[in-house]
Amino acid sequence: MGNASIWGRIRQSEAASGLALVSPTAIYAILLLAAPLATVFLYSFAASEQGRIVWDFSFDNYIKIWTAPNVQLILLRSLTVSMSVTLATVLLAYPVAYFVSFHVPASKKSIWLFLITIPFWTSYIIRVFLWKGIILGYNGVINTVLMGIGITDEPLQAINYNAGAMIMTLAHAYAPFAILPIFVALEKIDRSLLEAGQDLGESRLLTFWRVTLPLSMPGVIAAVLIVFIPTIGDYVTPDLIGGGKVPMIANMIEVQMLKQNNKALGSAIAVTTMLIVCIVSIVFLLLNRRFLRAQK
Amino acid sequence: MKFSALKTYAIVYLIFLYAPIVLLPIFAFNDSKVIAFPLSGFTTEWFSQMWQDDLLFRAVKNSAIIAVSSAVLATCLGVFGARASTRFRFPAKAGIMGLIMLPMVLPEMIISMSMLVILLGIGVPLSLFTIIMGHVLITTPFAVAILSSAFQSLDKSLEEAAYDLGETPLSTFRLIILPLVMPGIVSSLLICFTISIDEFIIAYFLGGNQTVLSVYIYGQFRFPAKVPSILALGTILVGLSILLLTIAEYFRRRGIAKTGGKDTGGFL
Repeated sequence: MGNASIWGRIRQSEAASGLALVSPTAIYAILLLAAPLATVFLYSFAASEQGRIVWDFSFDNYIKIWTAPNVQLILLRSLTVSMSVTLATVLLAYPVAYFVSFHVPASKKSIWLFLITIPFWTSYIIRVFLWKGIILGYNGVINTVLMGIGITDEPLQAINYNAGAMIMTLAHAYAPFAILPIFVALEKIDRSLLEAGQDLGESRLLTFWRVTLPLSMPGVIAAVLIVFIPTIGDYVTPDLIGGGKVPMIANMIEVQMLKQNNKALGSAIAVTTMLIVCIVSIVFLLLNRRFLRAQK
Repeated sequence: MKFSALKTYAIVYLIFLYAPIVLLPIFAFNDSKVIAFPLSGFTTEWFSQMWQDDLLFRAVKNSAIIAVSSAVLATCLGVFGARASTRFRFPAKAGIMGLIMLPMVLPEMIISMSMLVILLGIGVPLSLFTIIMGHVLITTPFAVAILSSAFQSLDKSLEEAAYDLGETPLSTFRLIILPLVMPGIVSSLLICFTISIDEFIIAYFLGGNQTVLSVYIYGQFRFPAKVPSILALGTILVGLSILLLTIAEYFRRRGIAKTGGKDTGGFL
């Protein structure tokens, strides 16, 4: 009894000091993240009249979102663009992660990872600018190459300002994000499992397919989420590469919140976006759990 | 055979990653207003043109104030968060740490808009200060991530030894823990500084009429004549980012070596 209460007190004091220590950071996050998100959530059920919020609880904003064809079009486009970006980045990143994990000597791994992450840390706006001006532009690299090898005689106007250009820019921007989680998952794989597979007569390809790939699935799923979530809410690329002609969710939120001054509808779109992100995340986390269970 | 095919792919991939960054200085020194091949000659005109813009200097000053303040504040908050999460068990830990790390995955547009709603709601005027508030929020998760790995590799027995020798928790932290995680702190400061300098969405929406570097660059997109001087500016910025990152990486590795940990790779 006495023993248990001493243990209880120690645990309690550990809990108390842990909470005390985390409190400045936690309070900051509650005040500047949780409270604003809660406000947006409340606003989404209100109405907006001449830029003022009127507290009139209703689902009108959500009904508007799910019935208006132009809103649907933008939501659908955002989903298509971010899913294509996710698919492209993860597929292209996997072999690189595999190479660094399995074929690069341990002492050189962190150099490779450092090289892969550097472009990610350089200014995003400058990178988008480069894609627009230098690579995709009227006189840009792609048009120069196409004309050089004689595919077209005149520069293509249509390279910029479309979803394809946006997908390329975004896929380039988020590439390092996809490599890291896959690399971490591959690093965790017990190498003796692969040897066992080959000793038992599997070919290298079959070993990869039946052992390596399933074991690295948690990393792939983390990569999917880590690319999908920021791309669906991207603002700069649709604005600059799309030239405002192919807006995505973030641009629509801006228009409603600031230009139309309809904070209620803007909030509802923001909440809908978070809802979509949550649903996609849950689906993938469930998939992940299935993979983890299958391993046991 | 298989090895070399993979290696070729990885190298092509790296070239693809670096293509824009390599093209940037090429056109920044190119003697032509039109950004196109073939190159026409070497010039430093764009750098001097860039230098003459007063608005740019104001933007650089604002960005520097924001980035330094955000880096210091976020690293302080990061020390608290990382220390608590690596050393203690406490109720609702997963939830609290999840909330702190949330800005890392939440689209920035949603963060900036929800902050804007509440700031306008309680009547806070938009200024450099509001940008700092936003940047501290988004850089704190990175600080926590970097510092967690620094605190994680600490040997708990060092701390216990200090207690046994009569040190108080505070003096133990100052004399033992702080020097050991110092490389992590430096690396966190540099990373947060880099993120803040480059960040656009929060600076754009929460800045009111204050111009910072990324917003200045965004504004110049509309003027084709300004493009070469933006490329010159970009060259300097990218060079600076790479320099800061290399220093940060150096300190991160030294920190891991100091505490006897094993290097597991990149920043994240």
